[in-house]
Amino acid sequence: MNATSSDIDALLNGMSARLAALLDERGIDDPVMVGIHTGGVWVAQRLHGLLKLESPLGALDISFYRDDFTRIGVNPQVKPSRIPLSIDNRHIILVDDVLYTGRTIRAALNELFDYGRPASVILAVLADRNGRELPIQADVAGQHLDLPPHRHIKLQGPDPLELKTGEAP
Amino acid sequence: MNKHNIQLDKHGRLRHFLTIEGLKRALLTDILDTAESFTSVTERTVKKVPLLRGKTIVNLFFEASTRTRTTFELAAKRLSADVLNINASISATTKGETLLDTLHNLEAMHCDMFVIRHPDSGAAHFIAQHAAPHVSIINAGDGSHAHPTQAMLDMFTIRRHKGEFHKLCVAIVGDILHSRVARSQIHALSTLGVREIRIIAPRTLVPAAAETLGAHVYHDLREGLRDVDVVIMLRLQYERMRGASLPSEHEYYQLFGLTEDKLALARPDAIIMHPGPINRGVEIDSAVADGPRSVILQQVAHGTAVRMAIMSRAMRHQGGEELPS
Repeated sequence: MNATSSDIDALLNGMSARLAALLDERGIDDPVMVGIHTGGVWVAQRLHGLLKLESPLGALDISFYRDDFTRIGVNPQVKPSRIPLSIDNRHIILVDDVLYTGRTIRAALNELFDYGRPASVILAVLADRNGRELPIQADVAGQHLDLPPHRHIKLQGPDPLELKTGEAP
Repeated sequence: MNKHNIQLDKHGRLRHFLTIEGLKRALLTDILDTAESFTSVTERTVKKVPLLRGKTIVNLFFEASTRTRTTFELAAKRLSADVLNINASISATTKGETLLDTLHNLEAMHCDMFVIRHPDSGAAHFIAQHAAPHVSIINAGDGSHAHPTQAMLDMFTIRRHKGEFHKLCVAIVGDILHSRVARSQIHALSTLGVREIRIIAPRTLVPAAAETLGAHVYHDLREGLRDVDVVIMLRLQYERMRGASLPSEHEYYQLFGLTEDKLALARPDAIIMHPGPINRGVEIDSAVADGPRSVILQQVAHGTAVRMAIMSRAMRHQGGEELPS
């Protein structure tokens, strides 16, 4: 079951509407959106446009914060993290493509706090699948998927965006 | 198996970093790319990442150094490692303890990495051969043999300012004979595929094997500087000179000191580098050292990110087997 680009557009529109409602409910205007490399940045770029956010988009590469560094080491292709403004007392929307074990989000939160102390963090993901290993949940998800443990799901892009499921390598 | 394979583990990953010689271009490029990512860390509010949290790194210096030891310490701390600085020249060795006894004592304290500077060529190799399997050794300069981390930060500086290596002509000027930095630079430049390497020095300061390393030798500074993209000046190493290699400082400066008028022969966008410390008015004029084409302070700034890259890659082998994914 693969989601094609038109499906992705529908998912993004749904996420955008729910995010707008959530921001409204919490009385947040001018949030800072931060995507997680690589898929999360693609999703964030689209949501940033749909929500017409004013603050520039940030990007995090969590490679230096992974909990499995001693097992897999540093990937030399780490992209520099780029947070273009101070996040102190700002409301952050953290964006990733797939939420699975929760370890990526744990690492991203740690890195985010090395840039400052945000007022709050909202988590938005394109696909929320089962298999959590940490107490982390999405505030807004494009879709929820129940997959057997040996299946994995990956966003391909940036143009067009496609969610592909396959056997875990 | 040649002696340099001691630097790699059985998967071909970096374990020790002792010399550039015998390392492949892809590995050097990976180190430069990783360093590029680490430069963004040093520009943040919290200049620290948790990669080497819980690891202990020992700076074991048998020879004086401020810049190198400080940037190694800074690099280790920015990776969240714990750091011990041991000035071994005034420590147990003066009480008769051997190099290996010092190593084994520190290993018994569960240290994970040793950064070693030693006045004898081959000291870091010797220690690496006898180190416990979980320990990594980084060479921070051994005698007149090698100073590979300095060479890598120089390559990083060249790549940042001048781009692709294969287009470049690089001149190394001065006391090549006594310079471990020059030896490592020549290996790095040739592995990374620069177009031309020039050595510019008086006859008494050129090693016998200079041309077999692939460098062109010049004894006239003006002739050698013509159309170069990068000029690397070396310090005159008084402490390593035994006997009369040179007529006088003044005469050396007249012939081989880098001044604005000699520099005019290099390409207009040429950069000037120096591994430090500088002898102003001996190998380089202050106007050049502090001038717009000098990247000497950028070299120092890049030292931390490059050493973070090398330390984190060498420490990685300690995790054991590669995961299937």
